[in-house]
Amino acid sequence: MNERTYVTERPIAMSPPVTAEPTAAPPAAQAPRTGSRRRFFASPPRLFALCAVLGALLLLSVVVAIGLGAAVVAPEDTVRYLWAALSGGSIGADELTTYRIVWEIRTPRVLLAALVGAGLSAVGVAVQAMVRNALADPFVLGVSSGASVGAVLVTVTGGLAVLGIHAVSVGAFVGALAASVLVYAASAGRGGALSPLRLVLTGVALSFGFQAVMSVIVYFAPDGEATSTILHWTLGGFGAASWGALPLVTAVVVLGVVLLHRSSRALDLLALGDETATSLGIGPDRHRRLLLVLVSLVTGVMVAVSGAIAFVGLILPHLARMVVGATHSRVLVVAPLAGAVFMVWVDLVARTLAAPRELPLGVITALVGVPVFIGLMRRKSYVFGGR
Amino acid sequence: MDLQLDGLTVVTDGRSLVSELSLDVPSGGVVGLVGPNGSGKSTALRCVYRTLRPSAGAVRIDGDDLSGLSLRRSAQLVAAMTQDGAVDLDFTVEEVVALGRAPHLRGNAALGPRERELCEAAMDRLGIRHLAARGVLSLSGGERQRVLLARALTQEPRILVLDEPTNHLDVRHQVELLSFLRGADLTVLVVLHDLNLAAAACDRIGVLSEGRLVASGAPEDVLTAGLVRDVFGVSAEVVTHPGSGDPQLLYSLTPTGG
Repeated sequence: MNERTYVTERPIAMSPPVTAEPTAAPPAAQAPRTGSRRRFFASPPRLFALCAVLGALLLLSVVVAIGLGAAVVAPEDTVRYLWAALSGGSIGADELTTYRIVWEIRTPRVLLAALVGAGLSAVGVAVQAMVRNALADPFVLGVSSGASVGAVLVTVTGGLAVLGIHAVSVGAFVGALAASVLVYAASAGRGGALSPLRLVLTGVALSFGFQAVMSVIVYFAPDGEATSTILHWTLGGFGAASWGALPLVTAVVVLGVVLLHRSSRALDLLALGDETATSLGIGPDRHRRLLLVLVSLVTGVMVAVSGAIAFVGLILPHLARMVVGATHSRVLVVAPLAGAVFMVWVDLVARTLAAPRELPLGVITALVGVPVFIGLMRRKSYVFGGR
Repeated sequence: MDLQLDGLTVVTDGRSLVSELSLDVPSGGVVGLVGPNGSGKSTALRCVYRTLRPSAGAVRIDGDDLSGLSLRRSAQLVAAMTQDGAVDLDFTVEEVVALGRAPHLRGNAALGPRERELCEAAMDRLGIRHLAARGVLSLSGGERQRVLLARALTQEPRILVLDEPTNHLDVRHQVELLSFLRGADLTVLVVLHDLNLAAAACDRIGVLSEGRLVASGAPEDVLTAGLVRDVFGVSAEVVTHPGSGDPQLLYSLTPTGG
């Protein structure tokens, strides 16, 4: 083969150092190619170490975020309150107010942020692979605008009143699922074939449709409530977090991430193209259908509790791939952890930056996301979507 | 294992892309499919790697109908080098090659030591070991084709089908790829555009025109001036390669019928 041209690409075999040099650089550091870093985390122990670091960071972030806010609680007190709550221990009567802020308001909120961050990142990874588009995110399939229509309809008409405070969330969830079903029905071809491009285009087209419906509702709505509902659902926020919704969200997100991770190799193959996937033993349409159901359910639940938080599901998958490469069995471990950490901090900024007012999450993620996104595209070493 | 196209017919939207195509690829043989654009070569091949389901007829392996096998089972027997276009994710070369083991592994099961050796052996055979850590998106066309071929070898197939594998390759890589196929000890069905390369590389050639097999046999029997004029609409002189004895075509740049 073409030796001359490639010889420079080869890692040069280093002869052992002549002088005793106990702190010789590890082999990976000697090859400055981008592939080397990704290869670095290909070894399970190193990947595990990375995940342990991210896990520790997440734990730390959660404790710090619970402590910060209008009333600042020191981390050691936070841990003490959390421990008291979990173990049924006792705290001083004078601390009751702080305890209640920590345990009843902030803890569920921060946990929800971590969960949604993890979920959006994992779903983003899966959607990008299944529609073979680096610009896809969890909402490209029309889920978020469908959820908004659902939420707004419930707000305006007062439907689902029997469900009480959950009515709007249920409306959003139903809207999200309805949007997914519509996207599927409109893009499915002969024999249930689901072409990636058709999925994306249908999702985008239907999103415009839903937005139009939403505008009409808002335009004719008698009060401003519909408008603020829309704002909430399009920009996202964890203000409504409570312990009540947490078990369901936890179950759905954890199950979703686990199932997606179990389909890692299928996602690898789908990302290589339908013909390749088939020739390697995976039915692309069947897998895409299953993934669509899974992704819609997880996204629907997340949108119902937090609105459509943009950029997380788009950026975090790319950041994770930059570190560990494209292989999904690695990306789908790292992206959710990183997403959880990211979201906890975004939420913290959202509720403290302009306190006592809360900034919509979408504003913060956009402020962080847009520069990161552009930076990503301009980086030479990271090939962004093959272009 | 021998591969048999048995009365293969593919009809889409009322148009028949391939009609009653019957062709045998004997075990260990290299058979080429040639024909003008749109003559159904790739369509026929897609039935072999199961992206398409034949409307009638069957693809048989040692006499067994392929459609009776699971996708996974047939992927253990048949590897394909397809024309799948742009990949968006930047897998490394070794990751892509390792995916050739997918039909043999359950779920996310990691590669065992023997499988890793297989990957490395395949990369060595194709001379791409030094590219192992490179992202596939940064490769040249020739390198990419070799990566795909290495992946196909890692699959440990009995049968290899290739859809225009010499596309975008320079002469040297074309020759290298086809001589590799000749020595690969696999049952090979390959779609080729270049009739001269087909004549040099294949034991037998099938010529497709508008979805029908119009000729098949040894290259010297099939590639005649008359057939090339009728099927491709090109006037050509057939000469014998002084070294190999294969028929080779010399085209003249005037349209036929003149």
